[in-house]
Amino acid sequence: MDSRSLAYLSNNLVYSSLAVFAIVFLLHAVETAFAVKSGEGRNLDRQRTEKIARNATGLMVLADLLLLAGLVARGLSASRFPLANMYEFSITGAFMFVTAYLIALRKHDLRWLGLVISLAALLTLGTAITLLYVESAPLVPALKSPWLLIHVLAAIISGGIFLLANSIAGAYLILEKIERGKGRGPWASRLPSLDSLDQLTYRLIALVFPIWTFSIIAGAIWAEAAWGRYWGWDPKETWAFITWVAYAAYLHARVTAGWKGKKAAWLCLIAGSTFLFNYVYVNIWGTGKHTYSGL
Amino acid sequence: MSDVNMSGRRRIEKDRTRDLGEVRELSGFSFLRYLWRLLTSMRTALILLLLLGLASIPGSIIPQRAQNPFQVQDFFEANPTISPIFDRLYLFDVFGAPWFSAIYVLLFISLIGCVIPRLNEYRKAIFERPTEPPALLENFTGYQRFQGDLEEAASHFKSKRFRVERFDDGYTFEKGYLKESGNLLFHFSLILILVGIAASSLFGMRGEAIVNVGERFINTPVTYDNLTPGRFYSVDSLQPYRIELQEFYAEYDPVTNAAREYELKVRVREDLGLPFTNEVVRVNQPLTFGASRVFLQATGYSVIVTVRDADGAISFQGPVPLLPIDPNLTSTGAIKVPDMEPSVGFVASFLPTAARDEIRGGFSSYPEPLDPRLLLGVWQGDLGMDEGKPQSIYRLETDGMERIGLVSLRPGESYDFTVGSITFESFVPWINLQVIHDPGKSYALAGGLLSLLGALGMLFVHRRRIWIRSTSEGIEIAGLCNTNEELVEREIKEAMKGVAKDG
Repeated sequence: MDSRSLAYLSNNLVYSSLAVFAIVFLLHAVETAFAVKSGEGRNLDRQRTEKIARNATGLMVLADLLLLAGLVARGLSASRFPLANMYEFSITGAFMFVTAYLIALRKHDLRWLGLVISLAALLTLGTAITLLYVESAPLVPALKSPWLLIHVLAAIISGGIFLLANSIAGAYLILEKIERGKGRGPWASRLPSLDSLDQLTYRLIALVFPIWTFSIIAGAIWAEAAWGRYWGWDPKETWAFITWVAYAAYLHARVTAGWKGKKAAWLCLIAGSTFLFNYVYVNIWGTGKHTYSGL
Repeated sequence: MSDVNMSGRRRIEKDRTRDLGEVRELSGFSFLRYLWRLLTSMRTALILLLLLGLASIPGSIIPQRAQNPFQVQDFFEANPTISPIFDRLYLFDVFGAPWFSAIYVLLFISLIGCVIPRLNEYRKAIFERPTEPPALLENFTGYQRFQGDLEEAASHFKSKRFRVERFDDGYTFEKGYLKESGNLLFHFSLILILVGIAASSLFGMRGEAIVNVGERFINTPVTYDNLTPGRFYSVDSLQPYRIELQEFYAEYDPVTNAAREYELKVRVREDLGLPFTNEVVRVNQPLTFGASRVFLQATGYSVIVTVRDADGAISFQGPVPLLPIDPNLTSTGAIKVPDMEPSVGFVASFLPTAARDEIRGGFSSYPEPLDPRLLLGVWQGDLGMDEGKPQSIYRLETDGMERIGLVSLRPGESYDFTVGSITFESFVPWINLQVIHDPGKSYALAGGLLSLLGALGMLFVHRRRIWIRSTSEGIEIAGLCNTNEELVEREIKEAMKGVAKDG
């Protein structure tokens, strides 16, 4: 296949993945609605909701694989890794995020989070396709380096895990509010305890912090080779640093100051929003050397 | 200074009043000790860390002189009232601002103050033997009581590289000292990174030079177009290398006009008397001379022209570098000929691939020279070069001059103006070489990698204790881990496999 038809194939695979994610979202919506509704009067028919949720997870694996195939085709069409502009960052990021969720699902009871996960994947892919799409093209000279793979991939994996940790921290805050108010209804009682959500958020951040640190170091090594300085307070670098500081503060606050629960969850969300800001604002409206969005 | 002192004092007095019920005059020393304690508390470190993050935000939103001086100029023009205030608050130089330095210097003092006592404690902890099991094991993690053999249960932990201490009625096992090692390593490497950054800016140097392909670059101060040495860098210590620019290859995407590849072939000699070697320089592949590196930073075109006076004698000949003003390398500059009488100057535009429209006039539509054209405005009069005022070599000061001609030339063509002629001989690409001497980068890199290693130990190793004791009612086992209780529970369960017989 030539590069043009590979690029078309990639687009079709990403569209298909989007469609499957939409179905996953609907299934999770039905599952949740069903659980909430049946909670009001009758006992929750757990077997039925479980069955729907399991089907949704199965389809989510399919959607994730379609996305992976789309990424591979995109990479082949340009003979490089699909990490060169914001469209590619976004679809790779969505893939990492969903993969992180699916891996976490093997060990932790997170199926109930599927609604949020599929929604986030839908939104990311949707914006990527409608707003961020650029034609598949070869790299500009500054990006021709093995560090592109190392640095950008580490950043995107971090992004996926950050987003997952933030989804859980967000769920923590909502559940905490429910518990403080009316208490958990029957539908929410199937969700894990606040304490285990808090722990899981911490573990994900502890996991991602070294990856993020690595991504910054790899970026610095590359910056030294390409631009002659390893650190220049370029807006993207500055915000990467702010995110690093914010998550370092989160870890610090937990370990030494004993912050837990609500305060820690808020700190996690603030830190996560600095990552998002970096991704959206600096890539599109920023003026530094990292403006590779292609827009 | 006295302000800080006063407010600081008042706070201590308040604290003391609360603690001791009396106000006591503090000696200078105890005040310093108080400040030290305040600064090195975890809370302060945490606040400083968050403050550092907050303080760098304006630097990413307001244009910065160090990154983009022209944008700062634009900002000044667009916001004439607020800009001087911003400027006084160092908001255009955030990362060099005194308040920014204050935060990170305080943070690092705080860091050192946190880490050194911990280092001491850690040293003690390593040499201390594990202590006896606590009286009531039931209150600890993973508590179990079972009937079995004490030694058999203990052997599991002995084989798992736990630190073992035998007591009269049982054992204490300890593991996970690497957590604190990682923690200390992490914080010390942050200090190492800072040392590297300081060394880079104090002992480093950066410079730039525009060199035509076919010419050579010799590393002496005069060959640089600009040279910024660090505070402790002496320009006498420039290494005497020599780079001959032999061939330059640029490839562009025919659809998007974006650059695809730049490749510069050079002949390099590190020092007098050493042999020349052939090298290739690319955007991601600089030349390296010890801690100095030479980067391919930008490219453009120089036009080679010959200017003759009315008698046909050559008044000027040579390549003149022009500066690109768009991605298609439409390049502009000036050719100044002070030796003619009266002086002559040219406003020059070089178009590698000439195109024309009504709004822009002549411009280039592709960066490669497919249809090269030199547009010249010929001016006669006072070049203004005798007044000793610094002038840009790329700009003709046309006040006091008169335009006497306007022409577009292909390579090889000439133009006669009233007092002489100009011939557009040919053109040659130039390369902007960026030379950077950075002796601190290896420290920063070592610091970065060690911090990563430290973070791994700090986050993934867990310090824990497990106790086994034989009592009259059987054998008791329990553990303690502040950072990961599940781990201790799992380890106890594992040890119990095969040991516990219907407990």
